[in-house]
Amino acid sequence: MRVVIAEDLFLLRDGLTRMLQAHGLEIIAAVDNGTDLLAAVAKDQPDVAIVDVRLPPTFTDEGIRAALAARKTAPGLPVLVLSQYVEQLYARELLASGTGGIGYLLKDRVFDSAQFVDAVRRVAAGGTAMDPEVIARLLARNTGNASVAALSPREREVLALMAEGRSNVAIAQRLVITERAVAKHTASIFLKLDLQPSDDDNRRVLAVLAYLEV
Amino acid sequence: MVTGSQRVRSRPRLNPAAGLAAAFHGVAFAVLMLAGLGLLLVMLASVILTALGFGVLALAGGLPGDQRILLALLLVGAGLGIARFIVPATLVALRGLANLTRRLAGEWCGVTIAEPYQPPTADDTQNTQQLSYPERMRWLLGDVATWRDLLWVTVNALVGWILAVAAAALAATGLVAFLVPVVSRAVPPAAFPGNTKPTLAVLGFAMLAAGLAVAPWLLRGYGLLASSMLAPAGKAELALRVRHLAQTRTETLEGGAAEIRRIERDLHDGAQARLVAMGMTLDAAGQIIDSNPDAARALLWEARDASVKALAELRALVRGIHPPVLADRGLGDAIAALTLDTPLRIHLASELYGRPPAWVESAAYFAVSELLANVSKHAQARETWIDIRHSDRMLRIGVTDNGHGGADPAQGTGLRGIERRLAAFDGVMAISSPPGGPTAVTMEIPCELSLPKTSSS
Repeated sequence: MRVVIAEDLFLLRDGLTRMLQAHGLEIIAAVDNGTDLLAAVAKDQPDVAIVDVRLPPTFTDEGIRAALAARKTAPGLPVLVLSQYVEQLYARELLASGTGGIGYLLKDRVFDSAQFVDAVRRVAAGGTAMDPEVIARLLARNTGNASVAALSPREREVLALMAEGRSNVAIAQRLVITERAVAKHTASIFLKLDLQPSDDDNRRVLAVLAYLEV
Repeated sequence: MVTGSQRVRSRPRLNPAAGLAAAFHGVAFAVLMLAGLGLLLVMLASVILTALGFGVLALAGGLPGDQRILLALLLVGAGLGIARFIVPATLVALRGLANLTRRLAGEWCGVTIAEPYQPPTADDTQNTQQLSYPERMRWLLGDVATWRDLLWVTVNALVGWILAVAAAALAATGLVAFLVPVVSRAVPPAAFPGNTKPTLAVLGFAMLAAGLAVAPWLLRGYGLLASSMLAPAGKAELALRVRHLAQTRTETLEGGAAEIRRIERDLHDGAQARLVAMGMTLDAAGQIIDSNPDAARALLWEARDASVKALAELRALVRGIHPPVLADRGLGDAIAALTLDTPLRIHLASELYGRPPAWVESAAYFAVSELLANVSKHAQARETWIDIRHSDRMLRIGVTDNGHGGADPAQGTGLRGIERRLAAFDGVMAISSPPGGPTAVTMEIPCELSLPKTSSS
């Protein structure tokens, strides 16, 4: 899998590169600003771009803008945005296109390399990877929602993992239950939230996120 | 307050009720003039009696010597006695009267007049009752505002009151002229040719109407005249400003210092402590890595978890100091992000074409954040509206909820804190929160907007 990294801090850029290489990913470009990222995306056509939110010259939200611009020039380009903090506002902007291949994670998540690489692969495959903190805050905001309140605690756990973008297999592993049980929970969730069931994992995730009004 | 705003709105049209109110207010001002005149005479009496005493001593040659001295002593004594015991109280009463005029000018004439007096000492808290006579006189007479008050009382007694009562006099004369022919059967004086009942009635009605029509204008003119003497001028205005700045600066510095102490404590108890623990855990892992690899691995995982927690704490801390999204996107988006994190139903209307200075953004952001926290804690509101706009060099933010109202800045520290933080930038906050709701908070901060950043979207 061919990866482009845009991260301005040398230590993090280097660390990310080595960690992903250790997991068998190919780093075709590691740049430190948004302009170079767009150039690398145009030239090398990577499978996924990993972008830090804060990039020079303004060190504000350049990364988000670069990611959205990259997806404009290369439609459907999977992008994983990393940040020291997560904002629902940015999650909403990244998900606005309604297509998959979007990830938005706290930088802390790279500490668990297995999970992080899993998220990179998921995004590269057109899936979604939303940070648990984004999801937790989404759910907190929806506490007043009667349909969400009607979910059982277990169903809420499944909903949160589903919103993060995890597949039934991953959810089953995480909660140490069978896949059949997960499927039962998801069906119940979709019924209670009055959502169209879908076999496609990614469409399912986007439906859930849309329901929670990202 | 309500009648005031109605009067302002209806001034261009003829409004008999407003005219009548203005006429009565003018008469009330004339009564205040009489009170001021009384105070002025008391003070003059002191000077006149003393001067007269010396005059008698020097000039009254017709009187026998001892009688002359006795009379002079009596007069001087009376003059000085008044100066010692009555004048200070009179000066304080004069201030009360002037303040009443200032307040009424605001309520009745729509002319806001600030209070110009200086505090007795630099220390505002000192009670004026504890001042000795010389201190008190120095405080009162050393203040240019006192002399301007006296000037006002004099000018008011000479000509000001005419402006105040002219409309009422015109209207009253008109009313009499209108009623007399209607009510009484007396034949109008023949000396006035053409002075028949109908013409008198018409003339009277015209005067009544004219009096009521000009009353609000004359009242406003009277207010402006009062303002020209009663408002802080020159040094007094600067002194007021300096006092305000000194106070807000102290509060800002105190607030900043408290904030820094909080951050220091949070860092010390949070991230710093976790990093120390992490170092110890890593050291322990190093010690046993050969003898017990499994235990070492467990320790390493523990260290990793500690680093995650340290980062989370730093993140929360940074959010409290200066939210990253505020730095990234400015006030509008930062408040949009804030609303996304609140379980309230919020309607946000943000019309900012450019960015206020960073410190204003920060103060406004935390003010809105605090207000939203108040709404979700106390108001039990179903919906909240936030309105952000900038016009006439003023950033205006309105936060309105349909909760049960009854918010009182005196009750909690939150609203008072917002007020204090805004005051550092000459910002103000107004709260309307009747029991039963709704609660409307309006904040205004004077500032310029920087040009909007060109953005790709």
